[in-house]
Amino acid sequence: MSAIAKPLIVFLGLLCLWQGAVTVFEIAPFILPGPLAVIEVAIARADTLAEHAGTTLVEILLGLAFGTLLGCASALMMAYFRQARSWLLPVLVVSQAIPVFALAPVLVLWFGYGIAPKIAMATLIIYFPVTAAFYDGLRRTEPGWIDLAQTMGASKAAILRQIRIPAALPAFASGLRVAAAVAPIGAVVGEWVGSSAGLGYYMLLMNGRVQTAAMFAALFVLAIMAVAIYFAIDATLRRLVAWQPEADPAAFS
Amino acid sequence: MNDADPLSDSPYAAGLSVRNARLGWDGAELLSGLSFDAPDRAWTCLLGESGVGKSTLLRTLAGLIEPLDGVDIRANGTTNTSNNVAYMAQQDLLLPWLTAADNVALGARLRGETPDSARISDILDRTGMTGRANARPRELSGGERQRIALARTLMENCPIVLMDEPFSALDAITRAQLQQLAFELLGERTVVMVTHDPFEALRLGWHIQVVRKGDNSGAVPFTPPGTPLRDPTDPVLRDSYHAIMAALDTPKTCENRGNTAA
Repeated sequence: MSAIAKPLIVFLGLLCLWQGAVTVFEIAPFILPGPLAVIEVAIARADTLAEHAGTTLVEILLGLAFGTLLGCASALMMAYFRQARSWLLPVLVVSQAIPVFALAPVLVLWFGYGIAPKIAMATLIIYFPVTAAFYDGLRRTEPGWIDLAQTMGASKAAILRQIRIPAALPAFASGLRVAAAVAPIGAVVGEWVGSSAGLGYYMLLMNGRVQTAAMFAALFVLAIMAVAIYFAIDATLRRLVAWQPEADPAAFS
Repeated sequence: MNDADPLSDSPYAAGLSVRNARLGWDGAELLSGLSFDAPDRAWTCLLGESGVGKSTLLRTLAGLIEPLDGVDIRANGTTNTSNNVAYMAQQDLLLPWLTAADNVALGARLRGETPDSARISDILDRTGMTGRANARPRELSGGERQRIALARTLMENCPIVLMDEPFSALDAITRAQLQQLAFELLGERTVVMVTHDPFEALRLGWHIQVVRKGDNSGAVPFTPPGTPLRDPTDPVLRDSYHAIMAALDTPKTCENRGNTAA
């Protein structure tokens, strides 16, 4: 209980500080609206916000799904085929030197103003953490397990499926947690570059109209959504690797 | 050189013989000139200091690594040893995401066979682990984990069992219990056990082969009086103990270590 209560108290405290600062220093609402004004706007425009949030949520979730699938496929290929490793790994590393955000205008140019370029953006952003973490986990299988499996006459595929993949799940989980945290960034950046729906689009629009409170309301909805996605994924992953002792941090990605 | 007698009527018939083993890593020689026989259905203990290449030898016998050259390893007359060998290491190597019973059935699972559940419960019973069948490895004590590892080895039903210091990580009492259990359960098989503990070798080995650094040609196996399980504190074994310690202490050819020259 206190694990939830503690951060909640900190959060509420920060909100109070914010409201206090706005009231005491008489900050103009178009520069920084107080949290009460933001909540007011959020309630008044709940329908609009929900609509845009829905678009962004679909982009994030589809981006996560595609990025995870692509990342897993690449990691598995590199772990299983020695050839694929020497071909793919350098490309993967070099691809990270290209700032994905710089690609956003090109993606819009190619895929139009719909949700496709945003999904592509989110996919690209999470592809690397998932691939790198999962591949790392696959590479670090306890050698004794593989020895044992070989003396038992196991095939390479059976060793991959029954030993290396389950053993790599904790590492994969840390990669996916990073992905869950950055996927919303990909979607929103995609929306900023060119779109007609989504929370990123709405924030830009409200910014242009100096409706700062509405902009903050959209930002809050985005934050809540991102946190919810993160915790949902974290809870699922925890169940998946429940066999792993807590004291053993798998985060080496 | 003649191999151990093949006893074709026994399902476990298989002796193991090694002739002029030359082993090492990446061309660097670790051990050479080692010859010994592991007779059918008896325990042979390979005794030596850490780092002489005992584990490398065992891994070679298990078919996990290739010998440098000139090795003639035969199990029951055939050079293909890897198919009838079960391997048990110092670490229990239990998969943490599987239950104890599933770990015991690992070999069958990996080969895509349906595990024989009657056999699993029988083996769990014989290793005293029936009550822990559904426990995960992290819920088990060190002794219990090694019992499951022993059960997994038994489940493989191989005529030859290779063990690499399987009890060295356990406390003295648990070790004594597991030595006895392993000896009772694996008595029908050919066992080659690597150890650095002379008392363990005296307790369990029909024959004890001392392995030294570098050249091992002319190294003779010891056959202590009596039959395993011996009491290593028995005064009868004192002479054997001194002989083994003397053999372990023979001047080593350290200079050759790391050189590629044979």
